[in-house]
Amino acid sequence: MSEPVLKVANLVKRFGGLTATDNLSLDLREGEIHAVIGPNGAGKTTMIGQLIGELRPDAGSIHFMGRDITSMPVHQRSALGIARSFQITSIFPNFTALDNVAFAVQAHDGHSFRFWADARKDQTLRLPAMAALQQVGLGHRADITASVLSHGEHRQLEIAMALATKPKLLLLDEPMAGMGPEDSARMVTMLQKLKGSVTILLIEHDMDAVFALADRITVLVYGHSIATGLPDDIRRNEQVRQAYLGDEAEAV
Amino acid sequence: MSQASVSATSEITTALPRNFTTLVGVILMALLGLVPVFAVIFDDPFLLTLFTRIVIMAIAAVSLNLILGYGGLVSFGHAAYIGIGGYTIGILAFHGVHAAWIQWPLAIIISGIVATLIGLLSLRTKGIFFIMITLALAQLVYYLGNGAFAYGGDDGLNILKRSDFGGLIDLNHRPSFYYLCWALLAATIYFCHRVVNSRFGMVLQGAKSNDRRMATIGFPVHRYRLTAFVIAGMICGLAGVLTATFSNFISPAMMHWSRSGDLIVMVVLGGMGSLFGPLFGTVAFLLLEEILSSWTEFWKIVFGPILVLVVIFARGGIDGAILRGHTGKLMAGLGLFYIVYGIHLVYDRDWLVPAFIFAAPIGLLWLVLWWEKRRRGEAVTVGGGHE
Amino acid sequence: MILLFEQFLNGLQIGLLLFLLAAGLTLVFGIMDLVNLAHGSLYMMGAYFAAVFTEWTGSFVLGALLALPAGALLGIAVEVITLRTLYTRDHLDQVLATFGLILFFNELARVMFGAGGMIITMPSWLNGQIEVLPGLPYPSYRFLIIVVGLLCAVFLYILVQRTRLGMLIRAGASNREMVGALGIDIKLLFTLVFGLGSALAALAGLMAGPVTTVQIGMGDNILILALVVIVIGGIGSLPGAFIAAIAIGIIDTMGRAFLPNILGAFLTPSDAGTLSAALSSMLIYILMASVLVLRPAGLFPAPGR
Repeated sequence: MSEPVLKVANLVKRFGGLTATDNLSLDLREGEIHAVIGPNGAGKTTMIGQLIGELRPDAGSIHFMGRDITSMPVHQRSALGIARSFQITSIFPNFTALDNVAFAVQAHDGHSFRFWADARKDQTLRLPAMAALQQVGLGHRADITASVLSHGEHRQLEIAMALATKPKLLLLDEPMAGMGPEDSARMVTMLQKLKGSVTILLIEHDMDAVFALADRITVLVYGHSIATGLPDDIRRNEQVRQAYLGDEAEAV
Repeated sequence: MSQASVSATSEITTALPRNFTTLVGVILMALLGLVPVFAVIFDDPFLLTLFTRIVIMAIAAVSLNLILGYGGLVSFGHAAYIGIGGYTIGILAFHGVHAAWIQWPLAIIISGIVATLIGLLSLRTKGIFFIMITLALAQLVYYLGNGAFAYGGDDGLNILKRSDFGGLIDLNHRPSFYYLCWALLAATIYFCHRVVNSRFGMVLQGAKSNDRRMATIGFPVHRYRLTAFVIAGMICGLAGVLTATFSNFISPAMMHWSRSGDLIVMVVLGGMGSLFGPLFGTVAFLLLEEILSSWTEFWKIVFGPILVLVVIFARGGIDGAILRGHTGKLMAGLGLFYIVYGIHLVYDRDWLVPAFIFAAPIGLLWLVLWWEKRRRGEAVTVGGGHE
Repeated sequence: MILLFEQFLNGLQIGLLLFLLAAGLTLVFGIMDLVNLAHGSLYMMGAYFAAVFTEWTGSFVLGALLALPAGALLGIAVEVITLRTLYTRDHLDQVLATFGLILFFNELARVMFGAGGMIITMPSWLNGQIEVLPGLPYPSYRFLIIVVGLLCAVFLYILVQRTRLGMLIRAGASNREMVGALGIDIKLLFTLVFGLGSALAALAGLMAGPVTTVQIGMGDNILILALVVIVIGGIGSLPGAFIAAIAIGIIDTMGRAFLPNILGAFLTPSDAGTLSAALSSMLIYILMASVLVLRPAGLFPAPGR
């Protein structure tokens, strides 16, 4: 087996008396969709924060493609190929969908102190942006102003913006949050198509989606990983049933 | 389904007229290019004076629009650069340096340096604090002018000899000077057009739309904003050079805070974030000022409420009105205005004053009605979109 | 030493006038999130009202007492007619619309009261001097300004800290939604606060009237100073406004009083005067810029903002 894309070892983050991340270890293999589930307050968002570089861990290490990135700032990690989508939709409302994605491409294409050439005609920005839009199934909506897109489309656009930077690792923070069943199903199909082309760390409450998508699942309780394994193993794991899945386990 | 159709129509209504306002802008520029000819035909030298002022202020307004309209940075101290540009050439002329090749670039460079300093301090803050700190720093420059006793203090300083371009262009020849200003305005607008649509401009506009997101996708927003701030300051410094040259005079009054307010008004009146908006705004503002003040000494008593009404009811300014397809009414209003002004110029009759004062409220009522209609129209569209 | 103390009193007097103006501005700003440039116009109109009423009644005290409610009513009218629609707008719209109001009021004053300005004649009992400290005579009228200003500050303190209205004001400054949720008529509260602010501005204007002259645009420059005060003090904070106003008043006065002497060593008297007036004004803006750089939300930011 090849080296893991992301290797988190013994990560600890405390807020005052609360240990939000408790000796967490996690491996992400190339090309897999790795879901992290856990009840509210399990420390998922804190974990994402440390992976993306917005929070500094108190102990432990994070290695990305063999490099120690534990204390690397956000924009450098982003340059290495870690991208995230936001839990709360954060787009550029008065720009078209394509413009939105082009922003992301531009951010990763060197500095932007170029004052003369028309950025909207710049194929080095537009082509990758369009490709990313098509990847998430928004190609036909490229010229629509982002503010008039639906909620589901906003989420797709978010992911396109993350994808446009050709990341090696994509952190998806509850991509299905607030979506109706129809949009969720579309998102699952879209993520299934992405599988293999990019390593994805998925945080999601929608268990149907998680079990449909994930290659492996890690269960987080009080900042600590209580189990990691294939979806079927997780489903059968007695500890997980007790700690987290509870009654839902029968339903799954 | 219905959503798609709503989006599609909204696309069409914004895509077409955007080019249309550009067309209107180009026509206006062409007309401005003919002003010296009109001045000769009507034998009215004042026309040239008025429009020289308009063209120079338009350069300043266009530069403000770069940061205000496209960057979302409400600088309430932009007139400071007019003062700095003006004082630079005024002081140089006072010391006997008249070569334009020294005066003008130096004025622009010093404006840029001051803009860098002001930008470094002010861009650390946001929102109302940005408005206030730009205002405060501009006041600092204003009082610097007041305290420059060697150069006239608050009385100002006469410029006895205009800049010397070494025979290339004679700035004392009024039409030549006008065309120089006009060409610089055209160049400024074209420059802004290129910059705004460049990669740099996209960062600037993106940061206006959602600056937090812009930072998280990897743009060091601050640097780009500072650069735009400096560019705007330098262009405005050039406008200051032209202002001082034109009036042969510099004084702190040219950078009083209310002048900065005027500049914001011009930009907003014309339409923020529109290429030709500041030009429309400047022409409207200064013509209105000129005409209202030629009719009544108390012109601001009419202009003040107009400004309030424009802010409350006609968001998007003149450019917005053109965009929303109110071109017909706008043109009719403009035409009426010109006809009345023309008659006034030719006959100079006093009855035009009351005529205008009666016409103004009617026009304002019209404005209110547009707005009401537009708002109702929007509500219907939005409701339809959700079904 | 005596001179220093006298100048300190002068600074205190200017600072208290500034505070009266800034108090209304910071309350309106803090509670309604409204930038009101026209606040300086209310100051000017207060001075004109006092001048006119003093002429009518022949008594400065009566004139002042009439001018206060007139100023409050004018403020309320402005709030109800125009500013109410601007609460939800961004600061740029507010700045522009109230800039329009400044133009209007300056011109209105010109039409109504003439371009020449007016002089408020003081009663003789205010024209003299009183001995504030042994060996330090001080103009009684200026001393009265200090007393009234301090009384107003105490009044505002009690109003804001001890009364129900004050509780709402404080709550509104930190959390507008909460006040609405308590079932309070927000519109009425806003109008009342605006009226109070206007009355204070009018009071500042009418008290400044006899010292300066009552003239067009007298509110414009002091408005900018008041804005500086509330930004330094922290938007929405009355104690902050008080401290900043006094500080600015004293800096400005001391600068004007002592810089000419210092500069006079190098320059001719008139040049020194020009330069020191400019320098002391600049000191204020340097102070503001440095405060904002070090503490971007001002010295005493109101909680929750």
